[in-house]
Amino acid sequence: MNINLTMLMQAVGFGLFIWFTAKFIWPPLTRAVETRQKQIADGLAAGEQGRQNLASAEKRIADMIAEARAKAGEIVATGEKFRSETMDQAKVEARAEGDRIIAAAKAEIQQELARAKEQLRNQVADLAVAGASRILKREVSAKDHAELLAAIRSEL
Amino acid sequence: MAATYENPTEYINHHLSFFTQPVGPGGFWTVNVDTLLTSAVIGVLTFGFLWLVTRKAKAGVPSRTQAFVELAVDFVNEQVKSIYNGSSRMVAPIALTTFVLVLVMNAMDFLPIDVVATGLHAAGFDKYRFVPTADVNTTFALALSVFGLMIFYSIKVKGLGGWIHELFCSPFGSNPILWPFNLLFNLVEYVSKPLSHSLRLFGNMYAGELIFLLIGMWAATGIVGTIFGAVLDLGWSIFHILIVALQAYIFMMLTVVYIAMAHEHH
Repeated sequence: MNINLTMLMQAVGFGLFIWFTAKFIWPPLTRAVETRQKQIADGLAAGEQGRQNLASAEKRIADMIAEARAKAGEIVATGEKFRSETMDQAKVEARAEGDRIIAAAKAEIQQELARAKEQLRNQVADLAVAGASRILKREVSAKDHAELLAAIRSEL
Repeated sequence: MAATYENPTEYINHHLSFFTQPVGPGGFWTVNVDTLLTSAVIGVLTFGFLWLVTRKAKAGVPSRTQAFVELAVDFVNEQVKSIYNGSSRMVAPIALTTFVLVLVMNAMDFLPIDVVATGLHAAGFDKYRFVPTADVNTTFALALSVFGLMIFYSIKVKGLGGWIHELFCSPFGSNPILWPFNLLFNLVEYVSKPLSHSLRLFGNMYAGELIFLLIGMWAATGIVGTIFGAVLDLGWSIFHILIVALQAYIFMMLTVVYIAMAHEHH
């Protein structure tokens, strides 16, 4: 247990080691550790951010799907409505067209009937004239008896 | 090996003698070459290693070596943060230096004492003690350096007047009648701090070395004694791992605590 010069030299050496550590070893190492801690914290924050983004994106997608579904339903409904409307209209138009055709046919039939009656009337008048001529054994002058013939014709 | 000695006392005395070199007149002007050389070599190796790791240190995924060094740095940093709340950025590096230096110097105790002594003897060193912390000069050098830092931080934080005021006015009070008692109390504290700080480490390491020597003496009693001694030596070595690390840790913690206490206002 002798205290001697060794102690002072050891103290100087200790001081040198402290200086060396404080200058060359401590700052870079703690900086590296702190930088890494920051990087890890940033990474975790970014992961959390990503998870939140994913959740919001999923929510948005669900919204979009619901919206698209609603729109599709709307379109189908519109189509349905349009179809029924068109069909009703077509039915109405078809009915009107049918009625028109029927009416035209009826009119034509009426006309035809009138013409046939007229024809028949003329023939009956001619027959009557011919019968009367035969009975009278002489020519009935159509010119002379036009008044009489017209009266008969109108009576028929 | 012990057979080459006349008796156990000579064996132990020889192993506990320093390799001294007088550099001037009187007992003080002597240098313990073994203590200085060993501590300088392992200090330079250790801090050189740390420096090499630091030079390649990067913030990304660390290599195993870097992770190991960072573990030590982080450990010391956490301890310092839990004790010291001051603003000085020097305290943590001081703690790291203290811890690492004391640890490697203590760890020299793991080397088998007689094997190394035989090798050194062959190399021309008759007397050589290779555990620097088992030399009271080393532990006093460390403790007095810490003592100096303590005074330095006390004056830095409180000012010279504040420090002197505290010497006379705490812990009992500022009444002039109490001044001598306060001063006496503070002086006792200031003396006991470096004494206990250094002697605790010295005592542990010196006793450890001595027990290794006592166990080593079994080798003089024949083959059975040698085997028995080897088993004892193994047991003590394993236990010594704890002591080496624990004493380094305690030394570092006391260093931080003393410096932190120097910052406190009373």
